Amino acid sequence: MLRPLHPVAPGTRTVLGIAFFVLFVAFWAWITLGGHVNRIFLADPLSMLKDGWRLLVEDRFWLDISITIWRVFGGFALASIVAVPIGIAMGAWKPVEAFLEPFVSFARYLPASAFIPLLILWAGIGEFEKLLVIFVGSVFQIILIVAVKVGATRRDLVEAAYTLGATDNGIVKRVIMPANAPEIAETLRLVLGWAWTYVIVAELIGSSSGIGYMIINSQSRLATGQIIFGIIVIGLIGLLSDFAFKALNRWLYPWSLA
Amino acid sequence: MSKLLIEGVSRTFAGVGGGQPVRALQPVDLAVAANDFITILGPSGCGKSTLLRIVAGLEAPSTGRVLLDGKAVTRPGPDRGMVFQSYTLFPWLTVAQNIGFGLREQGRAERERNEIVASYVDLVGLKGFENHWPKQLSGGMQQRTAIARALANDPEILLLDEPFGALDNQTRGLMQELLLGIWERRKKTVLFVTHDIEEAIFMASRVIVMSARPGRIKSDVPVDLPHPRHYTLKTSPEFSALKAQLTEDIRIEAVRTAQTQSA
Repeated sequence: MLRPLHPVAPGTRTVLGIAFFVLFVAFWAWITLGGHVNRIFLADPLSMLKDGWRLLVEDRFWLDISITIWRVFGGFALASIVAVPIGIAMGAWKPVEAFLEPFVSFARYLPASAFIPLLILWAGIGEFEKLLVIFVGSVFQIILIVAVKVGATRRDLVEAAYTLGATDNGIVKRVIMPANAPEIAETLRLVLGWAWTYVIVAELIGSSSGIGYMIINSQSRLATGQIIFGIIVIGLIGLLSDFAFKALNRWLYPWSLA
Repeated sequence: MSKLLIEGVSRTFAGVGGGQPVRALQPVDLAVAANDFITILGPSGCGKSTLLRIVAGLEAPSTGRVLLDGKAVTRPGPDRGMVFQSYTLFPWLTVAQNIGFGLREQGRAERERNEIVASYVDLVGLKGFENHWPKQLSGGMQQRTAIARALANDPEILLLDEPFGALDNQTRGLMQELLLGIWERRKKTVLFVTHDIEEAIFMASRVIVMSARPGRIKSDVPVDLPHPRHYTLKTSPEFSALKAQLTEDIRIEAVRTAQTQSA
């Protein structure tokens, strides 16, 4: 019986979660192996695995994987280093917010992918251009979310700190920043997920390496098995980095969970 | 000379959406002697918290001024320790770090800090909990930490804004005894805001009763009950007589508040 908001037992939860994957793959196998779709356009699960294995063993696909990972984390790190301090400044000092907020709100709707032709003109088709795509795609998002979180710092904590003799500087460094650190880390985790979509777009255009390059390359050879394998690899790495990020946050900010 | 002098302090809030400005506090005059324990008693919304926040420097008065040791209050500072009704411990700091926060902000050396913190941990009975996060503590323990945190700065005056308001009755009684015990031993000028009549009498050497909004001082009742006070005092005839008198005073104001709100 399904009752609204009623919790599900942990064991059942795991079983249900896995069940959908099984159903999904089963459906995929049925339409491909059963001959319901043309296999030129959609590879079946088994050939996908075979293609994937060949990619890894013969085509040194792990080099593409590592270059993509480096681009994501490089661009994301650049964006974080720039965006987090700006976001904190905007949240803490209202004149800074009034100065930057309208522009940042506008800039975050500029699609990163549309910048690629321009970035290629400016930075060529090397690594720097790939990093810039991710940077452009992430930096405004991080600034804005961090500014909102910092702006919502609990006022009673700030007041308490003032009555304890904190200076304005002390409030920013020892109240606003630690109070929002877990939320900022959560924001970064979220935006890192988006960075994975930007990197693939960046690699589809003007690239000669990376998972995205492999995917666009496979398209011209109708190697749908390889494309699907590439997509699944991205999903798995995304999931892994998400887990790692969550674990890191739990370890860094035990007080926010206790 | 009075320790704390409140001179013609009033507060008017700007009207919402171009409406009439709201007067929260009529001009209030109050002189507090050193080491006095003053409770400010009034119905909710009478502006007693506003008055306390003005003394703390967290809000500016619309008229008048507050003098502490003859110096005008313009902004919050460590000479006026404050305990809030809401739990305001810094969640990212342990109990000990919370108590040491003010000392750290003032750049006191770590060794000195640790000694002071240890003595206040002891004073509020939190030994063994120094390294707990606030989230791991009960409401009563959090407020004990907050009191220790405010006292660790050795402020000239301690301001408390319904500090036990969110606690259950039993815990509240114990906290009253704890705070009163500290005051009896250490002597400190205290301004304590509450809407609980029993609490106001039990703690105070002087109860200031405030009228319904816009608040003003309605009566000033000395409490000449002997110290040290024991919780059994709450059932004594002298206590009951005071309680009856204040209950009458406050009831009139509560009725008035209810009427203005329904009007």
